[in-house]
Amino acid sequence: MTEQRRESHRATILDPGGAAFAVESAGLTKRFGRQLAVDGVDLAVPRGSVYGFLGPNGSGKTTTIRMLLGLVRPTAGRHALLGGSLPRDADRVLPRIGALVEGPAFHPYLSGAANLHRLDAADRTADPATAAARVATALDRVGLAVAAGKRYRAYSLGMRQRLALAATLISPRELLILDEPTNGLDPQGTREVRALISAVAAEGATVLLSSHLLSEVAQICTHVGVMHRGRLVAQAPLEDLRAGTMPRARVETDRPEDAAAVLRELGLTDVISGPGIATGELGGTAPEKVVAALVHEGVPVRGFAVAVADLEELFVSLTGAGFDVSG
Amino acid sequence: MSAVSAHAPIPVARGLSTRLLRSELGLIFGRRRNQFGLVVLAAIPILIAVGVKIASPNPEDVAAGPDFLGAIAGNGIFVAFAALSASLPAFLPLAVAAISADSIAGEANLGTLRYLLTVPVRRTRLLAVKYAAVVIFSFVAVTWMALAGVLAGLALFGGGPVVLFSGDQVSLGEGLLRLLAVCAYLTVGLAAFGAIGLFVSTLTEQPLGATIALVMLAVGSFIVDTIPQLDWLHPYLFTHWWQAFGELLRDPVTMDGLWPGLRSAAAYTLIFLTAAWARFADRDITS
Repeated sequence: MTEQRRESHRATILDPGGAAFAVESAGLTKRFGRQLAVDGVDLAVPRGSVYGFLGPNGSGKTTTIRMLLGLVRPTAGRHALLGGSLPRDADRVLPRIGALVEGPAFHPYLSGAANLHRLDAADRTADPATAAARVATALDRVGLAVAAGKRYRAYSLGMRQRLALAATLISPRELLILDEPTNGLDPQGTREVRALISAVAAEGATVLLSSHLLSEVAQICTHVGVMHRGRLVAQAPLEDLRAGTMPRARVETDRPEDAAAVLRELGLTDVISGPGIATGELGGTAPEKVVAALVHEGVPVRGFAVAVADLEELFVSLTGAGFDVSG
Repeated sequence: MSAVSAHAPIPVARGLSTRLLRSELGLIFGRRRNQFGLVVLAAIPILIAVGVKIASPNPEDVAAGPDFLGAIAGNGIFVAFAALSASLPAFLPLAVAAISADSIAGEANLGTLRYLLTVPVRRTRLLAVKYAAVVIFSFVAVTWMALAGVLAGLALFGGGPVVLFSGDQVSLGEGLLRLLAVCAYLTVGLAAFGAIGLFVSTLTEQPLGATIALVMLAVGSFIVDTIPQLDWLHPYLFTHWWQAFGELLRDPVTMDGLWPGLRSAAAYTLIFLTAAWARFADRDITS
């Protein structure tokens, strides 16, 4: 995306096919009665990114996604998908978007293939002549080809989840919005879904992926946004967040106060000492110099480690409570 | 999927297509429950025909019975009229209630509504298609029952010229045409009920609850219609004019009894389709 294009995008939010952001929102807010479910969310999902939309259960992710797709009317704010502002351009942009919202939902007495045909029949932009081939391809991609003729009610939870993913792939898509796509899948299924998402992203599609588990998405995301109690508390490329987590030196000793003094002297920041332990942010200081200095000062070193703060810890700190706790 | 790129051609909506409507009809007529319902609807005229045959081998014995039942022995085609008349207070409204209640509430209950809307299907279009399917189902249910009645009646009592209520005689062919007109008239009435059903269906995510509410409404309307003290209310009841289809069995056909029925049905249809749209167009879909 050239700088010029970016500028023209800013000037007119509607630039079909050329907008810098696949998903963009400003002040998106939803109030259910007295409860503020989503509070002024400004999403910016760059084209071609795999955006991990993270947050504990109940933090407003699903309501945000429902607003993006036009299922729930925002109390305030506006948003655009693929450069088209919603709800005005829904007919133009939604056919280019595959969505999985809050779990699979299909007609139980229809087969998997028949369910996909029904969704395709509802799509006014879909070519009926190619429907059978597109449905077969989509089922094949998620590994459901053999179960295509089976009734949906006989599907296992994992198969249902796959069918919902297949539904997002019936037509060529520029954007996939996937709400908890690995819910209910076993570890093997989770890996397969991750591989599928990566493959779709590699073909150029943008993916917005929600999850309450960072570990589920950290491996495939390029960007993350973190929701907490209805607010988007962080949004950045994953690289930037990783860079923000500085390595820390961790000294095990029976004289933590003395160790802490040495660390401070060496220029380490955020030095903390506790019973039998002293830690500090290394910054540019080499770890071997720290050990040498400690020994030189006669501080008994029982153990030494350099730890990069886990991303998970970062998110826990952002969302205050633990990651699995409803906000 | 290789078409996935920032510059993929923007998909364009094709012209008017019946694909979604056909899918909708496939759902309705492919569902076991509904197929069973249609079997029950066909069983009613067959039961009437067999019952009349067993009870009265002699035509004179039933001469004092209700109009349609009395006429059956003379001509089998009246089995169809008798069955339609007997089913108006319960079976036909129940069938239409089940289908129309399911239209939106059923999809909401399954969760498929959110996926249809994000395909996307415009909400107005979804209501239009759902309602069209309800009307088509109503017509199929009525004519299906009439057809079963004609076949059972002709098999057990034979055909021949049809003696109308006015005493005139018309050919069997014209009798069948008049039966078709009756089916069309009843479809209009049931379609008005279907519009109420579509509206109720937008209020809830429980199709069964909506069905029960609609059946209670229809039966309640029939009961109120039989209370003489409430006769000022009768013309406003949506079921009041259904039995007027007998007017089509006079010669000449007097529209005096039919016009009010058609006007009433049109008013109910208009009001409740508008209400359904007003309710559904803006609703938050949280199912």
